[in-house]
Amino acid sequence: MTEQGVRWTADQVLALAPDAASRKAGSRLGAAGPWSGTGSGEGTVWGLCKGSGGRPYQTAVDLAGPAGPAYQCSCPSRKFPCKHALGLLLLWAGDDGLVPACAQPPDWAGQWLAGRRSRAAAGRTQAEEGSSAGPADPEAARRRAERRAERVTAGATELEQRLTDLLRGGLATAEQAGYGLWDETAARMVDAQAPGLAARVRELGAIPASGAGWPARLLEECALLHLLDQGWLRRDTLPDALAATVRSRLGLPAPPDGPPVRDHWLVLAQYDTADPKLTTRRIWLHGAESGHTRLLLSYGAAGRAPELSLPVGLALEAELTAYPGAGRSRAALGERFAAPAPAGFRPPGVTTGEATARYGEALREDPWLESVPVTLGRVIPVPDGDRWQLADTGTDTALPLTRAARSRPGLWRLVALSGGAPVTVFGECGHRGFTPLTAWPEGEGEAVPLC
Amino acid sequence: MNGAPAGEDTTAPEHSWEELVTTALLGTDRRTPAHAAPGRPAPVALLDAAAVAAVRRRAGLRPARAAQRPEPAPADPRPALPAPAAHRLTALLADRSGGTGSGRRGSSPDLMELLPQWLAAANAHGYAAPPQTLPALLDAARGRTDLRPAGLAFAGPRALWLARLNPDWRFALRAAPGGGAALPDAADPEAVRRLWQEGLFAERAALLGTLRARTPALGRELLASTWAAERAEDRLMFLDSLRTGLSDADEPFLEQALGDRSRNVRATAAELLSALPGSALAERMAVRATACVALDRTGNAPAIAVEAPPECDTGMERDGVAATPPAGRGERSWWLGQLVEAAPLGCWRERFGGRTAEEIVALPVADGWQGELHAAWCRAAVRQRNAAWSRALLGSPSAPEAGGPGAVSLAERAKLLAALEPAERAGWVAGFIATHGLSEAFQLLGVCAVPWAPPLGRAVVDALNIARDAGSYPWSFSGVMGLAERCLDPAEAVRLEALLAIPDEREDAAPGAGGYWAEAFQRLVTTLRLRAAMTRELAPPTPPEPPRAVVQPPDAAG
Repeated sequence: MTEQGVRWTADQVLALAPDAASRKAGSRLGAAGPWSGTGSGEGTVWGLCKGSGGRPYQTAVDLAGPAGPAYQCSCPSRKFPCKHALGLLLLWAGDDGLVPACAQPPDWAGQWLAGRRSRAAAGRTQAEEGSSAGPADPEAARRRAERRAERVTAGATELEQRLTDLLRGGLATAEQAGYGLWDETAARMVDAQAPGLAARVRELGAIPASGAGWPARLLEECALLHLLDQGWLRRDTLPDALAATVRSRLGLPAPPDGPPVRDHWLVLAQYDTADPKLTTRRIWLHGAESGHTRLLLSYGAAGRAPELSLPVGLALEAELTAYPGAGRSRAALGERFAAPAPAGFRPPGVTTGEATARYGEALREDPWLESVPVTLGRVIPVPDGDRWQLADTGTDTALPLTRAARSRPGLWRLVALSGGAPVTVFGECGHRGFTPLTAWPEGEGEAVPLC
Repeated sequence: MNGAPAGEDTTAPEHSWEELVTTALLGTDRRTPAHAAPGRPAPVALLDAAAVAAVRRRAGLRPARAAQRPEPAPADPRPALPAPAAHRLTALLADRSGGTGSGRRGSSPDLMELLPQWLAAANAHGYAAPPQTLPALLDAARGRTDLRPAGLAFAGPRALWLARLNPDWRFALRAAPGGGAALPDAADPEAVRRLWQEGLFAERAALLGTLRARTPALGRELLASTWAAERAEDRLMFLDSLRTGLSDADEPFLEQALGDRSRNVRATAAELLSALPGSALAERMAVRATACVALDRTGNAPAIAVEAPPECDTGMERDGVAATPPAGRGERSWWLGQLVEAAPLGCWRERFGGRTAEEIVALPVADGWQGELHAAWCRAAVRQRNAAWSRALLGSPSAPEAGGPGAVSLAERAKLLAALEPAERAGWVAGFIATHGLSEAFQLLGVCAVPWAPPLGRAVVDALNIARDAGSYPWSFSGVMGLAERCLDPAEAVRLEALLAIPDEREDAAPGAGGYWAEAFQRLVTTLRLRAAMTRELAPPTPPEPPRAVVQPPDAAG
């Protein structure tokens, strides 16, 4: 692989930006003007950026680190990556010969890079030693787990009682109760250390205000919550995989325990969902050889971008380790063997019929599943009144888009990319419909992120 | 239900789901569940049944029936953008969405301001827009009307296809000639006539505009055919569109419009006629104007004597002269101004004994009429786009009165400059800046061709350098700086290198100005480099492409 071959595109660089303001500021710095002493080599990029002060900022990026890109800049910004790092990467991505490939970084960058590399190596050895040593005090850990299980049981029992009361009096009362009732119940579930239950309960509060058909939706969600409670209370009688699913749905932490799978992982999509306290980033990966589709989760405190960022359309050779739980595709990113590089392959596509069938099958393993990741091959976005659907080219069937997908700007990128012709679309297919996340044109062409 | 795929089983389980929802809504206290399980309390049994039904409903979802598929977008035969240019476009468009940011720009370029140039260059090469950028392009064009013509041309046929699906982009259908319903071919007279007679105002205006651009006579005949039946506002708008492709052949029609019921229509017709130096109206105006202005040889040196018209007769009024002056102006000088403005400039040569425009403008004018007379000549030169008179009225750029408030205002100068050739225009403005500095130059720079010709670019850079040495702050020149970023030839970047350093602060300079100037020049150089890069990226790839020619025919066939 040549140095030219691994340069990213501007879109991929901009996807690293923590927010829109950084994206804009970074774009402006992606020009030769303020830069000097730039260079790149072995997955690292460095340069000096002239700011408003006297001394130029020293900016360096390590793209090949085992834990994802790392940034170092002498500017005082608390954004991560800062605009200088983004500008430097854009300059490098622009490939106008402004960031020449040279083997030897200057001292200031070399020290930092060498420090990173040696720390990473040390961390690896430590991790290997650590895993053999096992937990410090297995007896104490077991007692802690038991105490927590008791609390969760108490919480689940209390929640069952509340659900029973609700159905005895009728869902119509929930409409008057509003959010207050559910917020209080959710707080009780947080006390019971069952964050999965708390989150579901909080969602219930919003349903009565969600428009026509709300009683059916509320009943569905109440019934699934009841199912989860019952699953926990009778977890001893469940198959191991299903019991693990119940535990993870309740929000009980479990370390990834699957065998590490080394593959060429294509980054299918990356998107953030933010609530006031936490930003959650979801990254979907597709293994070229294994054919698996896996989900990486990364979190950031309120207002900060999660640290892990993988630009859509690149592929990286890395090891993934699955989390326990049947039918769940969540995995942890282990060691990376090379910096992400543009991928020459796409995930294979299926029809709309196969997509819904996949969701149905996945429910067998995990009845609480909202959606499954699916790549639709050769579909056309079609307007249907004020909604949109993705219609198969060959047959007369189509998947409606979810309400959320209809209001995103990505919808119009998808429609524009298609122009009435078939496209390949990756997204999440569930009971609310299909949420497109990334699309590819029919002929040659790069992946177009839609989220 | 909630946007979910339709086509569920509507047999027994669905029926019982409805029943479950009804029971749940009312509460098990009021309504006993249909299938109560023995040994389970009624609400729990209901939840059990609902859980089974809910999962079954979700697992049984099947795709819906496809709606009517849209017509595919028309093919765009233009070649695709080179990859670096496509990424540049993404960056330029990304700058737009971030809002206006936090005021001070520092040393980084203003990308959004470069978009118009980028679009013009891409259009000159004839590239097609990458489809996924169309929504952002349309949004940008929606927000800035000045981007629309170039933006929509670049966006191409697929953007119009897209605009039909999204009401936010309706403007694209209006702006594009015949975007909504394709305009009939000019070669199909029947279709043209039908659209003209039955179309909406916007469609008819678009039709007339298109016809005037290609076959002006056809457009005029069409307008004449329904002229009497049009409403006054529409007559005015249609008449105005005759400006495009105006020629002597339009004279009879315009002459007839001088007798129109509407005063605005009459005035517009007269204005159009006076722009035709060979027209009968121009001839009549020449007779009236030359009667008022004469060469007076009685003094020591020849001078111009002016005798303003004593009255505004009906003939003058019919020829578009407004009888009532605006408040504060004498009516006789008001009439004179209109007569001179509408008279063909060619008539003065004869009137002043064969003198050239320069010589005539140089003649002294008696009794303080100079301002009035020269201002009218300026308006005439602009209206008739007469380069010789424009040059004469502009005078020498380095003349001391050129900088001050003379007979010719800066706005009028800018208009006069537009009548000159680009190189002459740039030269005049360069001379002006060299003498008078930048403070008055903004309007004049606005009419110069982009990129600025080398002498003009040098004059601007030198003047900025002088302004910096004079110790003022750069934001006093932010308008000119912004123009320079967009208009200076990128080749000038080399000459600016020396200005990037922060100079030693002088005692009389404004505090900190040196640093700000360095920053402003930094931004200028960065922007120039960026523009050079933009141009380079848009250059078509040069590598040999023999296989292409062979592959093309089957591709095109498929």
